Amino acid sequence: MKRVSNQYFGQWVNADEKVRFTFEGKEINGLAGDSVASALIANNQWLQSRSFKYHRPRGPLTLCGHDANTLIQTPTTPNLLADHLRAEDHLAVSAQNYTGSLHFDLSRLLDWFGRFLPVGFYYKAFFKPRGIWAYWEPIVRKAAGLGVSNLKVKAPYNDKTYVFCDIAVVGAGPAGLNAALHAANSGAKVVLIEQEPHLGGSLNYHGFGYSSSSRATPDRNEKPDANKDSEIGERFSTAAVQRNNLVEAVESHPNIRVFRSATCNAWFTDHYLPVLQGTRLLKLRARQTILATGSSEQHVVFRNNDLPGVFMCSALDRLTRLYGVIPSTPVVVLAGNDHAYRTALSSKDGGANVTAIIDLRDRCDDSALSEEAHARGITLFAGCTVYEAASSATGHALSKVIVHRFHSDGEAREKVATLECGVLAMSAGFMPAYQLACQAGAVLSYDDETAQFQLSKLPAGMHLAGSVDSIFSFAAVEASGRNAARQAMRNLDAEVATDEDEKFTCNEQVNHHWPFVKHPKGREFVDFDEDLQIKDIVNATRMGYRDIQLVKRFSTVGMGPSQGRHSALPTARLVAKATDRSVNETGVTTARPPLTPEPLGLLAGRRFHPLRRTPLHDRHLCLDAQMMPAGSWQRPAFYGAQEQRAAAIQAEVNAVRTGVGIIDVSTLGGIELRGPDAAEFMNRLYTFGFAKQPIGKTRYAVLTNELGVVADDGVAARIGENHYYVTATTSGVDRVYRDMLKWNAQWRLDLDIANVTSAFSAVNIAGPKSRDVLTALGCDISLEADDFPYLAYREATLVGVPTRMMRVGFVGELGYELHVPSPYIGVLWDRLMEAGQAFGIRAFGVEAQRLLRLEKGHIIVGQDTDGMTQPDEVSLRWAIAKKKPFFVGAKSVEILSKEPLERKLVGFELGATAPQPKEGHLVIRDGDIFGSVTSCEYSPTLNKIIGLAYVHPDDSASGAEVVIRTDNAVHVHAHVTDTPFYDPDNTRQAL
Amino acid sequence: MKIMNCPLNGPRNISEFVYGGQVKTMPDINSVSDEAWANYVFYEQNDIGIVLEWWLHSPSSYWFIAERHNASDEILRTYPADELFKERIDFAASEADA
Repeated sequence: MKRVSNQYFGQWVNADEKVRFTFEGKEINGLAGDSVASALIANNQWLQSRSFKYHRPRGPLTLCGHDANTLIQTPTTPNLLADHLRAEDHLAVSAQNYTGSLHFDLSRLLDWFGRFLPVGFYYKAFFKPRGIWAYWEPIVRKAAGLGVSNLKVKAPYNDKTYVFCDIAVVGAGPAGLNAALHAANSGAKVVLIEQEPHLGGSLNYHGFGYSSSSRATPDRNEKPDANKDSEIGERFSTAAVQRNNLVEAVESHPNIRVFRSATCNAWFTDHYLPVLQGTRLLKLRARQTILATGSSEQHVVFRNNDLPGVFMCSALDRLTRLYGVIPSTPVVVLAGNDHAYRTALSSKDGGANVTAIIDLRDRCDDSALSEEAHARGITLFAGCTVYEAASSATGHALSKVIVHRFHSDGEAREKVATLECGVLAMSAGFMPAYQLACQAGAVLSYDDETAQFQLSKLPAGMHLAGSVDSIFSFAAVEASGRNAARQAMRNLDAEVATDEDEKFTCNEQVNHHWPFVKHPKGREFVDFDEDLQIKDIVNATRMGYRDIQLVKRFSTVGMGPSQGRHSALPTARLVAKATDRSVNETGVTTARPPLTPEPLGLLAGRRFHPLRRTPLHDRHLCLDAQMMPAGSWQRPAFYGAQEQRAAAIQAEVNAVRTGVGIIDVSTLGGIELRGPDAAEFMNRLYTFGFAKQPIGKTRYAVLTNELGVVADDGVAARIGENHYYVTATTSGVDRVYRDMLKWNAQWRLDLDIANVTSAFSAVNIAGPKSRDVLTALGCDISLEADDFPYLAYREATLVGVPTRMMRVGFVGELGYELHVPSPYIGVLWDRLMEAGQAFGIRAFGVEAQRLLRLEKGHIIVGQDTDGMTQPDEVSLRWAIAKKKPFFVGAKSVEILSKEPLERKLVGFELGATAPQPKEGHLVIRDGDIFGSVTSCEYSPTLNKIIGLAYVHPDDSASGAEVVIRTDNAVHVHAHVTDTPFYDPDNTRQAL
Repeated sequence: MKIMNCPLNGPRNISEFVYGGQVKTMPDINSVSDEAWANYVFYEQNDIGIVLEWWLHSPSSYWFIAERHNASDEILRTYPADELFKERIDFAASEADA
């Protein structure tokens, strides 16, 4: 291989700056700007991977990251693309998917046994007898696996950014550059996205200078050698100048933001485009999208068309023009269109030894191109094809091609020649890069006569430009870019009436109608990713899979990393022919996001976990609290060292039962209802009667939804005639608040509903000595039971803080819930702790609270109820008003109460030393699963295990025995007990 | 991601909205049969066509009505709920209670 680096050949590399990296442990010398693949080819390392199924040697196919043949890995990351990854010093690259070594892959034997691995083999072979797949799966997965994930690697930094624009242009080739520039000049804010590190697209590598329209006719017969260089320069300079002007104008335009090395990976509704750029995910919202995504060159299907050294014409263009790698072995071009001639001519000008052009057609459309090729000493084989490619002795590189005559009916005839060569560049045509358009609902149709594609039914605001719209001649491509910008501007209501669409024609025929050369020995690859040959696709249709979608699922065609870019069209053609239909009738398989593999780290971003902390959070930490999540909140589980968990919880429980404890209940939801209809609204929403609730009293409030299911509970305090303060569960308040707003959007009652959850913070001070603490602290109202009885609501001033006080009994002791505006809660907490010191006050956490309330048999909605729980099942009939016109769940509760109960939540108890059931453990009845345990704790106060469980109504009477399946399938027999377990007469909370 | 036009806040990402079910008229619970009530609670309109739906703009807790075509997913119109619910709704006490 020769390396060159000038303004036309080797444009992206710098000959003066070397890079060194290793491939499979071997040192590779490249140039700055090289991709790993181009540097490897420059070092004659065509073999870069092993194929998925047969482990055949593979080399680059497209050199632009569009195929799976260059899948390699680095120590940190598997499944990178060698033609996408930039070569850098110290990079350690290795191949993947081989047994032994890349050059001597033991799994290569699979290729020789390939005839025993027909299409659908996996489906047919490994599923009988039943269960055998469990044996085969690890073996098959290992054999077919790709790279190895390094689990010790620290996850890299990834982030996201949000970008907004008027017009997003995907692809910065001649169409995209013109579209972006025209739109920006018309005043639109434009974002331009380019997959490669440089703008220009095909302007960077394609031999536009050879098309007859833009070429000065040289006097071929008397061509002095001295003029050769300038003549070559002339051929490339026009496109280069055009590109430089466009790129410069785009890059310096204030209305255009350019993202290079960035992939627009999907199109989502209303022009929401995820763009992957390095370690960043752009979420781009555009008002209009212009797709200038170009087209994928298609391969010719012949025997051994996968040998390293056989690749696309555009790949040879990229290799010579972008990376300056000039093959020193003879180069043969297999042409299905005129584009291939330009590749042959420009490679020749770059110094490659192009010996022959084999044209599948009988003649070149542009005779000037074939004349010139002839004049330059390139042998032409018109109406011929490569019948078979043969490898060197190692089997890892192309050494020659066998040329046969090719009839336009698609049959290869007699042998014509054998050509020695190390590189074969092929072009059977171009398939629009249709994926983004089809993801958006566009329809890809195919004209069987002209072998042209057309995308139609684009969603509103999407426009096409360039070869994705099957426009290939240069002037037409540029005009189509500008026209797309005009259409987009019109959709944005911009004034473009004076700027009429340009008229252009393009009748360039780029697709050969039947580029298939069947060989009796097979190995004519249709899909390189999945190692599928002509017979695999045809056999799938013979097995009855006529639908293209079923052929895909059965054969896995198009499911590999290149997602059908090269296999979709040949598969459609083969299926069409095998089933006597047109390609338009068979269609192509559905394109779905994402376009290219998406690293999960990019989707995860910086992994924010939003947490809510109460204003007392730091005070809890100072008390050694172990925090636990409660919905989005952080709450103290208990106070003390993790090792002393049980002892700490027990001490906290004891403090509440015998002295005084304090718990932060700021996470409780709080909703304020104000207005003349506040009482009416409460009455409609909650099950109890609230219309006659006295001012200064609280009531337990249960919410049922329209299905009659218990949805939430809380305490409602009537502050005034037209003013309620209602608490809701920590995790339920947002839903309750929304439901309230929704109901009143229909009822239109006269009240205001406000979610004051974070405006108020609260503590519950509970225990026989809680009143003493408050008295010691100083309270401006009487706390005596006669003046402030159980379930009463009072407003008082505590240490200067206006406080809403409620006597509640959740933990079953004398207790006060103190609700204050959040900024004051810290002061109140500190003063309470000081005042409580003399009484042995102790902060208690969620764990102690759960046990305390369980001892009282109080349910927690969401823990002891599920999405089916009706009030009778949890013994809440008492909380439902019998006589009121309406509440939300009334009708459903009424209907349900006519049916016999199917289950009941009951208390149960076990001896202190029995295996302790856990939440979710099953209740077994007559050998079958019946219900489950919803809460269970060991109660030090009672020295018993107590819990709540759903049991059969026949087993719900006190004293009944129920069987609970605990850990390791140990069955325990628990006794149903009346609740409360503790203080059954509820005297302590009413003190 | 889809964009929805909130009557209060203008066009916003659909991720800011919460679906609230179809707009349905609650039958009179004093006269409705159990079966008709179950139909009301459990069934939604599933014909292809335009459906009326409740949507909530979550950051501002604002409920409104959307007219959406359930095949094309096109949102034809969004408007405040009081265009549909113009008057206060009251529930009469059932005869048994009275």
